[in-house]
Amino acid sequence: MRPIIRRMARMAALSVLLGAGGTTAGWAQESQVGSITGHTDAGKKLYRRYCIGCHGPSGDGAGENAPWIDPKPRDFTLAVFKCRSTPSGALPTDEDLFNAITRGFVTTYMPQWRPLTAQNRTDLIAYIKTFSPKWRSGKPGTPIAIPAEPAPTAESILRGRQLFQRMECWKCHGPAGHGDGPSAATLTDNKDLPIRPYDFSTGTRFMCGATNQDLYRIFMTGLDGSPMPSFADQLKPAEAWDLVHFLRTLQPIETREAAIWRDWLNTHARELKPIGPGGGGR
Amino acid sequence: MMLRIFAGSMLVVLVGAAGRGPFPAGTINGKVTYTGTPPKAHPIDMAKEPNCVTQHPTPVSTQDAVTGPGNSVRYVVVYIAAGDQGAPAATDTVHYDQKGCMYIPHVAAMQVHQPLAIFNDDPHSHNIHPLARINPEWNKSQPKGAPPIRTTWEQPEFIAVKCNVHPWMHGYFAVLATPHFSVTDTTGAFMLAGLPPGKYTVTAWHERFGTQSQEVTIGGAETKTVNFVLTAKPY
Ligand SMILES: [Cu+2]
Repeated sequence: MRPIIRRMARMAALSVLLGAGGTTAGWAQESQVGSITGHTDAGKKLYRRYCIGCHGPSGDGAGENAPWIDPKPRDFTLAVFKCRSTPSGALPTDEDLFNAITRGFVTTYMPQWRPLTAQNRTDLIAYIKTFSPKWRSGKPGTPIAIPAEPAPTAESILRGRQLFQRMECWKCHGPAGHGDGPSAATLTDNKDLPIRPYDFSTGTRFMCGATNQDLYRIFMTGLDGSPMPSFADQLKPAEAWDLVHFLRTLQPIETREAAIWRDWLNTHARELKPIGPGGGGR
Repeated sequence: MMLRIFAGSMLVVLVGAAGRGPFPAGTINGKVTYTGTPPKAHPIDMAKEPNCVTQHPTPVSTQDAVTGPGNSVRYVVVYIAAGDQGAPAATDTVHYDQKGCMYIPHVAAMQVHQPLAIFNDDPHSHNIHPLARINPEWNKSQPKGAPPIRTTWEQPEFIAVKCNVHPWMHGYFAVLATPHFSVTDTTGAFMLAGLPPGKYTVTAWHERFGTQSQEVTIGGAETKTVNFVLTAKPY
């Protein structure tokens, strides 16, 4: 009985606070990253200094620089984000947004914001969340579980290659991962704007990070708003790791996986059918 | 008359908890036609997916403006926009198929919370990308042989659906607050049955020709006919 009364009293006190506060967004949209609490007021000042040029005063991605930027700046009013730890369709966690601001996106004009303090970045997240009512009505999703990575082997790379064929990754990303599959030219995002599939031969980093875990997360959560779907319902964790190991062999850098694969190809290359329509087997 | 309406609504209250009861249910039916010039349906080039080409001996056409004899319009969602009296929720599962690189049906109507099952009947992969704005926007891959994707929508919304792999694949989920809805057939006909007596707003929605509403009063076990004439514009 007592705790219920206490809870009711607390709720009454809160509603008084909310009523007196005028706009309630500031209270409702706090952010929390580790031990740091972010605040919208501080975030707003930072946003108007660093973010407004591209993302715009109302957060809709239509800032004054936007016409010259491709892909377009994120529209925060939709609350749809590519790099998340949460399932497709779910809101990202505050940590996900913090990581995105910190890391930037190698595939876009969004720079790294490491010069800003962790407190600054957390404040910005609190403010960004005021642009969409979805943050008031909903909660972030639960991050997907990522089991420990098994050691890469030639067999796991081969299985991953078969998945690249069977899941039809090549239809957009191309048979060699160069972003030139048959559907690449017609891809559009959720605003009907043209968008390119990732070309694995262009660099060492992916859109949402550089580690094998980041890669696992990208195709198991999907990049919401983009054509990249979630494969969480289609791949078991072991299969997802197989696919990670294969994708690592497509990069232009010396990875563990690339070395294993090169060795295997030295003696078995002729056994492989090329990726593509009707192909991909051994 | 007043007495009959009153008695009717009393019955609704009485049977409401037990499901679709024996109240004197009315029906609203009618046809949807257009005036003006609709855009021409054009054949879809599926060359990118050879298997889908062979599934269609005659090429299929775009479905965003399907018209028929007598200026009838297909795929118009007609539904009760106001006046619902706590009717039982629709609980049967709505099926949405991907076959021959087309969505069947092109427009699927459902109530909020109603089970929706999305099937892939093709021997290759599709991704289902509902471009929701109010509901969560998600995007899931469904390779060949994958089990149906089972989901529900929580908020009323007309949600455009697309497949990114096959850019011609376009459809709609019409998520409605009411269990009373109908999608017009090849003759432009619709029917809303099981309506207890009352005053209703009936709305017709078409993805290109817009929205129209009419007021209809149902007094008992009667059928009222209302027709909609939408204004068609070429692109
Ligand atoms: Cu498709």
